[in-house]
Amino acid sequence: MNINNFVITVATVNGSGSQSANNILLKSLFRMGIPVGGKNVFPSNIAGLPTWFWIRADEKGFVARREHADIFVAMNPQTLKEDIKTVRKGGFFIYNSDLGIKPELNAETETIHILPISFKPLVDKSTDSIKIKKLVVNMVYVGVLAQLLGIDVLTLNETIADQFEGKESVIEVNRKASEIGFLFAQENINIPFNFKTQKSDRNANKIMMDGNTAGALGWLFGGCTFAAWYPITPSSSVVENYIKFASKYRTDDTGKNKSAIIQAEDELSAICMVLGAGWSGARAVTATSGPGLSLMAESAGFAYFTEIPAVIWDVQRVGPSTGMPTRTAQGDLMSAVFLSHGDTRHPCLIPGSIKECFEFGQTAFDVAERLQQLVIVLSDLDLGMNLWMEERWDYPEKPFDRGKVLSATDLEKVAQFERYADLDGDGIPYRTLPGTPHDKAAYFTRGSGHNRKAAYTEKSDEYQYIVDRLAKKWQTAKTYVPAPVFCDTQNLSARLLNSSSQDVKAVCKNKLGIIAYGSSDMSIKEAMYIMGQQNLNFDYCRIRAVPFQDTILDFIKNHDHVFVVDQNRDGQMFELLKMELPTSVPYLTSVKHYDGTPITADKIVNTIKKNLEVTV
Amino acid sequence: MSTDITPAKNLNKAGLEKKDYAGGPSTLCTGCGHDSISAHIMNATFLNGIHPHNLAKMSGIGCSSKTPAYYISKSFGFNSMHGRMAPISTGAKVVNGKMHFIGMSGDGDTASIGLAGFSHLIRRNVEMCYLVANNGVYGLTKGQFSATADKGAKQKNGAYNPFETIDICSLALDLGCTFVARSFSGDAKQLVPLLQAAMKHKGTAVIDIISPCITFNNHDGSTKSYTYVREHDVSLQELGIVQPMEEIKVDYAEGARQNVQLPDGSTLTLKKLSKHDLDINDRFAAIRVLQESKSSNEILTGLFYIDEKTESLNETLNLVDAPLSSLAESELRPTKNQWNEILSEFV
Repeated sequence: MNINNFVITVATVNGSGSQSANNILLKSLFRMGIPVGGKNVFPSNIAGLPTWFWIRADEKGFVARREHADIFVAMNPQTLKEDIKTVRKGGFFIYNSDLGIKPELNAETETIHILPISFKPLVDKSTDSIKIKKLVVNMVYVGVLAQLLGIDVLTLNETIADQFEGKESVIEVNRKASEIGFLFAQENINIPFNFKTQKSDRNANKIMMDGNTAGALGWLFGGCTFAAWYPITPSSSVVENYIKFASKYRTDDTGKNKSAIIQAEDELSAICMVLGAGWSGARAVTATSGPGLSLMAESAGFAYFTEIPAVIWDVQRVGPSTGMPTRTAQGDLMSAVFLSHGDTRHPCLIPGSIKECFEFGQTAFDVAERLQQLVIVLSDLDLGMNLWMEERWDYPEKPFDRGKVLSATDLEKVAQFERYADLDGDGIPYRTLPGTPHDKAAYFTRGSGHNRKAAYTEKSDEYQYIVDRLAKKWQTAKTYVPAPVFCDTQNLSARLLNSSSQDVKAVCKNKLGIIAYGSSDMSIKEAMYIMGQQNLNFDYCRIRAVPFQDTILDFIKNHDHVFVVDQNRDGQMFELLKMELPTSVPYLTSVKHYDGTPITADKIVNTIKKNLEVTV
Repeated sequence: MSTDITPAKNLNKAGLEKKDYAGGPSTLCTGCGHDSISAHIMNATFLNGIHPHNLAKMSGIGCSSKTPAYYISKSFGFNSMHGRMAPISTGAKVVNGKMHFIGMSGDGDTASIGLAGFSHLIRRNVEMCYLVANNGVYGLTKGQFSATADKGAKQKNGAYNPFETIDICSLALDLGCTFVARSFSGDAKQLVPLLQAAMKHKGTAVIDIISPCITFNNHDGSTKSYTYVREHDVSLQELGIVQPMEEIKVDYAEGARQNVQLPDGSTLTLKKLSKHDLDINDRFAAIRVLQESKSSNEILTGLFYIDEKTESLNETLNLVDAPLSSLAESELRPTKNQWNEILSEFV
């Protein structure tokens, strides 16, 4: 018997209304105290194309994607024949027998238990309204699964009520449909079902959220007062959530807004509005994805050279070009770091969990204002749009870092104000905000060659002073961006280190290392667990920002061999590390995953083990 | 020795002299129309009494966009990217509604690479004075046609423009712009009051300023040369600004004048000069007059349209009065109770 350990896949047609039913199922499991994660695999389409919902429950807490389902609910005739191939041996395949298509078993799939259900009569019993029959069918399969898995009915009913809060008739019909499904399974499905749920209190202090919501919440608590955007999958919900939060929590007593949100005409304008707002002194941000990031390139270079604080929240999707807009990847890393022509580099923050989406939603503004730079946050579709559970976060107490801004009073004390001079030796100049009432405050912002006084120049030495100072600022940036986190097979919870290399040696217990970043985190840890069971132990360094802190390079130096895991074709992090540490080339191996799905532990284990057989 | 020997200075309401509005030396060609525009901007800003500390000078890329360096050095300049002045100004103005914005763009910057941003700035009615120094030609890249070159106009190398022109004023009117005017860089009498009125306007004020390129577009066959413009300029009105405390002395015959109350209490007076009987509160009439002038080869100048009952973007966004940049952490970060309320949605 598998208690609280299973993978459910539900295959439906896009636009059929399965999303709320699947969320109810997922949330019911979560509220029962079961570690669980949910992923919506959807098409770039309004209605008609296939969509899947993956639910992973795992007692150990590994809730990233697995490649095979234990329980499959097939509601889409277009994909049914392929769907059965994704079911594990001995798994269960529930399908809608009204669809006129049957699964075909072969040698590979013969151990799968096939459970045909005619949903039509069950739906007819649930409602007379033709309009909602299409939607109600989804709650019938939820009821069937609830019975088979032993989901707590009280919890299920509460979750239904919360999902449709305030709409009594909708709650009623959904409860009825799930009950009909439940009773049907109770009376008609008699084969032994070896996956069960069991209540626990493990999730008592946990929350469940997607990374886009967490990011928007970060903006809210991080003092964002300006957002401009052009809608693009999979980033739109970051701004939509921010609008929701801001309209409730960013208004004054008279109902006036303390935050401006503008839907721009394109990404060129969205980033320009953000730069204008940042220049005026606001904490300003835009959210986008790959194609939008490409359009923002010229402005990114402008921001770098004029030293205007700004934030781009990039929820990465599959490229190149339009790519697969609803599939996940980490393919924007290289272009984000070097976005724009000339010598240009941008600090990039890479959250690996919803908590970090929340944190970096605040940190990004601190770093941007401290460094007077464009900061790009690299989330991805898997982290941004899928549901992850986590320990509840603490109320953020860290004060904002508004950076080096001179007021009129400050200007009174200085002999002269030079906008682009390095007075502190850290490469970061001082700025004034437009409107500062002092004759010394004004300066001229320009993307053309300028000297330390912000005056136009074509003089070599004056130009070099600026770009060399920008290079120095890049070094300073290392102390302001989030540090990497480390752990090892023996202790899979991450810990933070400060940047002294002494400490790195303390976390380098094993000969083999893994470097990864972003949403790969949970699959990496699961892979380490699996390999640990086979006495194959690793140390793990998760990079959370570019530029790299020295500890990352020390981590490489202190291992015989390090696997660098990327969710892109070209191993972009692997390449960046090689650039920073050319001597590491013989000791690094690139592990790549780039089929549009979130990386799995299986993939990591297989690739690393195969590689070790050859090289070690 | 007497202590009050300081000579009476000609001070504006900000308490400043005209020299406080001076800029750096121009690097444009001698005789460039744009330098005249710079002079008119300094004059109009001084007359309006806008303190340079409260002024942002925005621009894009091109000869026109270099000019903010040549006027009002004590104000905040922003020479942005090619075609991007509009969205950058939008973001900057939204954050700080107290600042005055003068945008200086060119015909390439506005009508080609920045056409989308220009159009959407107007749609949103961002409160700024948007000037186009229009010479129909790309100067910095040495003489290619821009999108405002007239069809059939001749380039310096002899090539003819085979394409339709984009008329900035017609376009602005069609997009709902609330202040649309055209002028000529050489006509201080007309341009200065227009600039003054535009700076007082509570929305997007567009002035298309024909500003001949002395080097690349001042030859025979050009429709933007000094000679051509002077010969074809038909001035619609004689304009004047009367400050709130002053008496309106201009006494035009009934039917020949129109007075417009501006948001700061001053009055824009207009005396009709041409045969065109244009009501400046009638958008359709303005569009018609402009279309007609095209076939008659007239370059109409003056104020085409004004709507003073307009809602600017900052008002549409219903923002607090204080600049968003000035809001402190305590005004921005939700409380612990709100935090708990938010997180309770995710259990």
